Amino acid sequence: MTDHLDGNVLAGALSEVFTTDVTAARARCGGCGRMSAIAEAMVYTSAPGLVARCAGCDQVLATIVDAGDRLILSLAGLSAIELRR
Amino acid sequence: MSAPPLTSVGRSRPRPAWHVATVVETRRETPTAARLTLEVPTWPGSEAGSHVDVRLTAPDGYQASRSYSIVSSTPEAQVVLAVDEQPDGEVSPFLVHEMRPGDQLELHGPLGAFFVWRPGESDRPVQLVAGGSGVVPLYAMAAAHGTADDDAPFRLLYSVRTPADVFFADELAALTGPAFSLDLVYTREAPDGWPDAVGRLTRETLAARTLPAARQPRVYVCGSTGFVETVARWLQELGHPATAIHTERFGGL
Repeated sequence: MTDHLDGNVLAGALSEVFTTDVTAARARCGGCGRMSAIAEAMVYTSAPGLVARCAGCDQVLATIVDAGDRLILSLAGLSAIELRR
Repeated sequence: MSAPPLTSVGRSRPRPAWHVATVVETRRETPTAARLTLEVPTWPGSEAGSHVDVRLTAPDGYQASRSYSIVSSTPEAQVVLAVDEQPDGEVSPFLVHEMRPGDQLELHGPLGAFFVWRPGESDRPVQLVAGGSGVVPLYAMAAAHGTADDDAPFRLLYSVRTPADVFFADELAALTGPAFSLDLVYTREAPDGWPDAVGRLTRETLAARTLPAARQPRVYVCGSTGFVETVARWLQELGHPATAIHTERFGGL
Protein backbone atom coordinates (compact mmCIF):
# COMPACT_ATOMS: atom_id res chain seq x y z
CA MET A 1 0.00 0.00 0.00
CA THR A 2 2.75 2.43 0.87
CA ASP A 3 5.55 1.28 -1.41
CA HIS A 4 5.26 4.29 -3.69
CA LEU A 5 6.46 7.88 -3.73
CA ASP A 6 4.94 10.65 -5.81
CA GLY A 7 5.74 12.69 -8.88
CA ASN A 8 7.81 15.25 -6.97
CA VAL A 9 10.63 12.71 -7.14
CA LEU A 10 10.62 12.85 -10.96
CA ALA A 11 11.89 16.45 -11.04
CA GLY A 12 15.54 15.48 -11.39
CA ALA A 13 15.14 12.94 -14.17
CA LEU A 14 12.63 15.04 -16.13
CA SER A 15 14.88 18.11 -15.91
CA GLU A 16 17.20 16.30 -18.31
CA VAL A 17 14.42 16.28 -20.93
CA PHE A 18 12.29 19.39 -20.40
CA THR A 19 13.55 22.98 -20.25
CA THR A 20 11.25 23.86 -17.32
CA ASP A 21 10.27 21.89 -14.24
CA VAL A 22 7.22 19.91 -15.34
CA THR A 23 6.30 18.34 -12.00
CA ALA A 24 3.93 21.27 -11.37
CA ALA A 25 2.46 20.97 -14.90
CA ARG A 26 -0.92 19.33 -15.27
CA ALA A 27 -1.19 16.28 -17.45
CA ARG A 28 -4.08 14.18 -18.72
CA CYS A 29 -4.20 10.45 -18.07
CA GLY A 30 -4.68 8.53 -21.31
CA GLY A 31 -6.68 5.93 -19.40
CA CYS A 32 -9.33 7.79 -17.38
CA GLY A 33 -8.88 11.37 -18.62
CA ARG A 34 -8.06 12.74 -15.16
CA MET A 35 -6.11 16.02 -15.20
CA SER A 36 -3.66 16.43 -12.36
CA ALA A 37 -0.19 17.73 -11.62
CA ILE A 38 2.59 15.33 -12.54
CA ALA A 39 3.74 15.72 -8.91
CA GLU A 40 0.52 14.00 -7.83
CA ALA A 41 1.16 10.78 -9.76
CA MET A 42 2.12 7.68 -7.77
CA VAL A 43 5.73 6.79 -8.49
CA TYR A 44 7.18 3.33 -7.97
CA THR A 45 10.94 3.12 -7.66
CA SER A 46 11.42 -0.62 -7.11
CA ALA A 47 11.49 -1.47 -10.82
CA PRO A 48 14.73 -0.93 -12.77
CA GLY A 49 13.63 2.64 -13.38
CA LEU A 50 10.85 4.94 -12.30
CA VAL A 51 7.21 4.10 -13.03
CA ALA A 52 4.57 6.83 -12.67
CA ARG A 53 0.95 5.74 -12.36
CA CYS A 54 -2.30 7.71 -12.38
CA ALA A 55 -3.57 8.35 -8.83
CA GLY A 56 -7.10 7.94 -10.17
CA CYS A 57 -7.02 4.73 -12.22
CA ASP A 58 -3.52 3.24 -11.77
CA GLN A 59 -2.69 3.47 -15.49
CA VAL A 60 1.03 3.66 -16.21
CA LEU A 61 1.57 7.27 -17.27
CA ALA A 62 5.32 7.36 -17.74
CA THR A 63 8.45 5.32 -17.28
CA ILE A 64 11.99 6.60 -16.95
CA VAL A 65 15.00 4.31 -17.17
CA ASP A 66 18.45 5.68 -16.38
CA ALA A 67 20.86 3.48 -18.31
CA GLY A 68 24.06 5.34 -17.57
CA ASP A 69 24.93 7.05 -20.82
CA ARG A 70 21.30 6.90 -21.98
CA LEU A 71 17.94 7.96 -20.53
CA ILE A 72 14.86 6.17 -21.85
CA LEU A 73 11.62 8.08 -21.31
CA SER A 74 8.14 6.84 -22.18
CA LEU A 75 5.13 9.14 -21.85
CA ALA A 76 2.85 6.67 -23.62
CA GLY A 77 0.18 6.71 -20.91
CA LEU A 78 -0.35 10.49 -21.05
CA SER A 79 -2.55 12.11 -23.65
CA ALA A 80 -1.50 15.70 -22.93
CA ILE A 81 0.77 17.89 -20.80
CA GLU A 82 -0.12 21.53 -20.11
CA LEU A 83 3.02 23.67 -19.94
CA ARG A 84 2.73 27.20 -18.59
CA ARG A 85 4.68 29.83 -20.52
CA MET B 1 6.20 51.58 -24.53
CA SER B 2 8.48 49.43 -22.47
CA ALA B 3 8.13 45.70 -22.10
CA PRO B 4 6.60 44.49 -18.86
CA PRO B 5 9.14 43.18 -16.34
CA LEU B 6 9.67 39.46 -16.27
CA THR B 7 8.03 38.67 -12.95
CA SER B 8 6.99 35.10 -13.68
CA VAL B 9 8.56 32.95 -11.00
CA GLY B 10 8.71 30.09 -13.47
CA ARG B 11 11.03 32.03 -15.74
CA SER B 12 13.32 33.24 -13.03
CA ARG B 13 13.65 29.85 -11.39
CA PRO B 14 17.22 28.58 -11.57
CA ARG B 15 17.81 25.70 -13.95
CA PRO B 16 18.73 22.46 -12.21
CA ALA B 17 22.31 21.38 -12.67
CA TRP B 18 24.85 19.04 -11.15
CA HIS B 19 26.97 20.63 -8.42
CA VAL B 20 29.93 19.47 -6.38
CA ALA B 21 29.29 20.05 -2.68
CA THR B 22 31.82 19.98 0.14
CA VAL B 23 30.73 19.12 3.66
CA VAL B 24 31.42 22.04 6.02
CA GLU B 25 29.67 20.79 9.13
CA THR B 26 27.63 17.80 10.22
CA ARG B 27 25.72 17.61 13.46
CA ARG B 28 22.99 15.61 15.14
CA GLU B 29 19.50 16.88 14.44
CA THR B 30 17.66 14.09 16.27
CA PRO B 31 18.73 10.61 17.49
CA THR B 32 18.21 9.33 13.91
CA ALA B 33 18.95 12.39 11.78
CA ALA B 34 21.86 14.65 10.89
CA ARG B 35 22.00 18.23 9.64
CA LEU B 36 24.57 18.68 6.87
CA THR B 37 25.90 22.09 5.93
CA LEU B 38 27.41 21.97 2.44
CA GLU B 39 29.53 24.50 0.60
CA VAL B 40 28.36 24.74 -3.02
CA PRO B 41 30.06 27.63 -4.87
CA THR B 42 27.97 27.10 -8.04
CA TRP B 43 24.59 26.93 -6.25
CA PRO B 44 22.00 29.26 -7.85
CA GLY B 45 19.66 29.51 -4.83
CA SER B 46 16.39 27.69 -4.30
CA GLU B 47 12.72 28.13 -3.45
CA ALA B 48 11.37 27.03 -0.06
CA GLY B 49 10.22 23.42 -0.26
CA SER B 50 12.44 22.36 -3.14
CA HIS B 51 14.81 19.41 -3.03
CA VAL B 52 18.05 18.01 -4.40
CA ASP B 53 19.00 14.58 -5.67
CA VAL B 54 22.15 13.43 -3.87
CA ARG B 55 24.30 10.94 -5.83
CA LEU B 56 26.84 8.69 -4.20
CA THR B 57 29.38 6.72 -6.22
CA ALA B 58 31.04 3.64 -4.70
CA PRO B 59 34.69 2.81 -5.47
CA ASP B 60 33.49 0.12 -7.93
CA GLY B 61 31.43 2.68 -9.83
CA TYR B 62 28.02 1.69 -8.43
CA GLN B 63 25.82 4.76 -8.07
CA ALA B 64 22.81 5.44 -5.88
CA SER B 65 20.77 8.61 -5.75
CA ARG B 66 17.99 9.83 -3.43
CA SER B 67 15.99 13.03 -3.04
CA TYR B 68 16.35 15.23 0.05
CA SER B 69 14.52 18.42 0.92
CA ILE B 70 16.55 21.60 1.32
CA VAL B 71 16.44 23.22 4.77
CA SER B 72 17.91 26.48 3.50
CA SER B 73 20.33 27.68 0.89
CA THR B 74 22.35 30.75 0.02
CA PRO B 75 23.25 31.44 -3.62
CA GLU B 76 26.89 30.73 -4.49
CA ALA B 77 27.54 29.61 -0.93
CA GLN B 78 25.74 27.04 1.20
CA VAL B 79 23.06 24.37 1.07
CA VAL B 80 21.75 22.88 4.32
CA LEU B 81 20.10 19.43 4.33
CA ALA B 82 18.53 17.47 7.20
CA VAL B 83 18.62 13.72 6.56
CA ASP B 84 16.75 11.09 8.58
CA GLU B 85 18.24 7.62 8.50
CA GLN B 86 16.11 4.98 6.80
CA PRO B 87 17.19 1.73 8.52
CA ASP B 88 17.41 -0.26 5.26
CA GLY B 89 18.41 2.74 3.17
CA GLU B 90 21.25 2.80 0.66
CA VAL B 91 22.10 6.49 0.92
CA SER B 92 20.76 7.95 4.18
CA PRO B 93 22.83 5.81 6.63
CA PHE B 94 25.96 6.96 4.80
CA LEU B 95 24.92 10.62 4.91
CA VAL B 96 23.95 10.44 8.61
CA HIS B 97 26.94 8.48 9.91
CA GLU B 98 29.85 8.70 7.52
CA MET B 99 30.04 12.26 6.24
CA ARG B 100 32.91 14.38 7.63
CA PRO B 101 33.98 17.96 6.97
CA GLY B 102 35.87 18.07 3.67
CA ASP B 103 34.00 15.12 2.13
CA GLN B 104 32.45 15.76 -1.28
CA LEU B 105 29.02 14.91 -2.68
CA GLU B 106 27.27 15.36 -6.02
CA LEU B 107 24.00 17.32 -5.90
CA HIS B 108 21.45 17.75 -8.69
CA GLY B 109 19.19 20.71 -8.14
CA PRO B 110 17.38 22.78 -7.19
CA LEU B 111 14.43 20.52 -8.04
CA GLY B 112 10.67 20.72 -7.76
CA ALA B 113 8.20 23.45 -8.74
CA PHE B 114 5.09 21.85 -7.22
CA PHE B 115 5.80 21.49 -3.50
CA VAL B 116 7.19 25.00 -2.99
CA TRP B 117 6.04 28.17 -1.26
CA ARG B 118 6.76 31.56 -2.82
CA PRO B 119 6.44 34.81 -0.86
CA GLY B 120 3.76 37.19 -2.09
CA GLU B 121 2.07 34.59 -4.28
CA SER B 122 -1.22 34.55 -2.36
CA ASP B 123 -3.00 36.27 0.55
CA ARG B 124 -4.60 33.00 1.66
CA PRO B 125 -3.37 31.51 4.96
CA VAL B 126 -1.08 28.48 4.84
CA GLN B 127 -1.52 25.27 6.81
CA LEU B 128 1.46 22.93 6.99
CA VAL B 129 1.06 19.30 8.13
CA ALA B 130 4.22 17.30 8.86
CA GLY B 131 4.78 13.67 9.72
CA GLY B 132 8.25 12.99 11.19
CA SER B 133 11.10 14.11 8.91
CA GLY B 134 8.48 15.39 6.47
CA VAL B 135 8.83 18.60 8.45
CA VAL B 136 12.01 19.54 6.54
CA PRO B 137 10.47 21.27 3.48
CA LEU B 138 7.68 22.68 5.65
CA TYR B 139 10.18 24.21 8.06
CA ALA B 140 11.93 25.69 5.00
CA MET B 141 8.63 27.34 4.01
CA ALA B 142 7.96 28.64 7.55
CA ALA B 143 11.49 30.02 7.81
CA ALA B 144 11.22 31.69 4.38
CA HIS B 145 7.88 33.15 5.43
CA GLY B 146 9.51 34.45 8.63
CA THR B 147 12.04 36.50 6.67
CA ALA B 148 9.72 37.55 3.81
CA ASP B 149 7.41 40.51 3.63
CA ASP B 150 4.32 38.29 3.46
CA ASP B 151 1.35 38.69 5.78
CA ALA B 152 -0.36 35.35 5.14
CA PRO B 153 -0.74 33.54 8.49
CA PHE B 154 1.12 30.22 8.78
CA ARG B 155 0.27 27.27 11.00
CA LEU B 156 2.19 23.99 11.33
CA LEU B 157 0.77 20.75 12.71
CA TYR B 158 3.73 18.47 13.38
CA SER B 159 3.24 14.80 14.24
CA VAL B 160 6.38 13.38 15.83
CA ARG B 161 7.31 10.32 17.89
CA THR B 162 8.95 11.89 20.95
CA PRO B 163 10.30 15.30 22.05
CA ALA B 164 13.83 14.19 21.11
CA ASP B 165 12.70 13.51 17.54
CA VAL B 166 11.58 17.10 16.87
CA PHE B 167 13.60 18.61 14.01
CA PHE B 168 14.51 22.33 14.30
CA ALA B 169 13.10 22.55 17.84
CA ASP B 170 14.87 25.83 18.68
CA GLU B 171 14.22 27.38 15.26
CA LEU B 172 10.51 26.53 15.35
CA ALA B 173 10.19 27.99 18.85
CA ALA B 174 11.89 31.18 17.64
CA LEU B 175 9.52 31.48 14.65
CA THR B 176 6.40 31.17 16.80
CA GLY B 177 4.49 34.44 17.01
CA PRO B 178 1.54 36.31 15.53
CA ALA B 179 2.26 35.10 11.98
CA PHE B 180 3.25 31.49 12.78
CA SER B 181 1.81 28.97 15.21
CA LEU B 182 3.00 25.46 15.96
CA ASP B 183 0.88 22.50 17.10
CA LEU B 184 2.74 19.35 18.13
CA VAL B 185 1.23 15.87 18.28
CA TYR B 186 3.39 13.26 20.03
CA THR B 187 2.75 9.73 18.85
CA ARG B 188 4.84 7.74 21.38
CA GLU B 189 6.09 9.91 24.23
CA ALA B 190 5.34 13.47 25.30
CA PRO B 191 7.08 15.89 27.69
CA ASP B 192 6.06 15.70 31.36
CA GLY B 193 2.75 17.42 31.95
CA TRP B 194 1.77 17.41 28.25
CA PRO B 195 -1.99 18.08 28.26
CA ASP B 196 -2.95 16.11 25.15
CA ALA B 197 -3.29 12.40 24.55
CA VAL B 198 -0.21 10.62 23.19
CA GLY B 199 -0.86 8.60 20.07
CA ARG B 200 -1.31 8.69 16.34
CA LEU B 201 -2.81 11.74 14.74
CA THR B 202 -6.57 11.38 14.45
CA ARG B 203 -9.07 13.07 12.20
CA GLU B 204 -10.52 14.85 15.24
CA THR B 205 -7.13 16.30 16.22
CA LEU B 206 -6.44 17.28 12.62
CA ALA B 207 -9.78 19.13 12.53
CA ALA B 208 -9.15 20.83 15.89
CA ARG B 209 -5.54 21.88 15.27
CA THR B 210 -5.59 23.12 11.69
CA LEU B 211 -7.08 26.10 9.89
CA PRO B 212 -10.69 25.29 8.95
CA ALA B 213 -11.65 24.90 5.30
CA ALA B 214 -13.82 28.03 5.64
CA ARG B 215 -10.62 30.12 5.82
CA GLN B 216 -9.54 28.65 2.46
CA PRO B 217 -5.97 27.82 3.48
CA ARG B 218 -3.42 26.49 1.06
CA VAL B 219 -2.32 23.21 2.63
CA TYR B 220 1.05 21.47 2.32
CA VAL B 221 1.38 17.91 3.65
CA CYS B 222 4.69 16.02 3.82
CA GLY B 223 5.54 12.73 5.49
CA SER B 224 5.57 9.01 4.90
CA THR B 225 3.29 7.80 2.12
CA GLY B 226 0.77 6.34 4.57
CA PHE B 227 0.69 9.54 6.64
CA VAL B 228 0.26 11.80 3.62
CA GLU B 229 -2.51 9.74 2.05
CA THR B 230 -4.44 9.47 5.32
CA VAL B 231 -4.13 13.19 6.09
CA ALA B 232 -5.00 14.24 2.53
CA ARG B 233 -8.14 12.10 2.64
CA TRP B 234 -9.19 13.55 6.02
CA LEU B 235 -8.56 17.10 4.79
CA GLN B 236 -10.91 16.51 1.87
CA GLU B 237 -13.51 15.02 4.23
CA LEU B 238 -13.16 18.21 6.31
CA GLY B 239 -14.05 20.29 3.27
CA HIS B 240 -10.69 21.29 1.81
CA PRO B 241 -10.77 21.10 -2.01
CA ALA B 242 -8.22 18.73 -3.55
CA THR B 243 -6.72 21.64 -5.50
CA ALA B 244 -5.79 23.39 -2.21
CA ILE B 245 -3.85 20.37 -0.91
CA HIS B 246 -0.21 19.95 -1.95
CA THR B 247 1.45 16.68 -1.02
CA GLU B 248 4.94 15.20 -0.94
CA ARG B 249 5.59 11.59 0.07
CA PHE B 250 8.93 10.15 1.13
CA GLY B 251 7.84 6.51 1.19
CA GLY B 252 8.69 4.53 4.28
CA LEU B 253 6.49 2.78 6.78
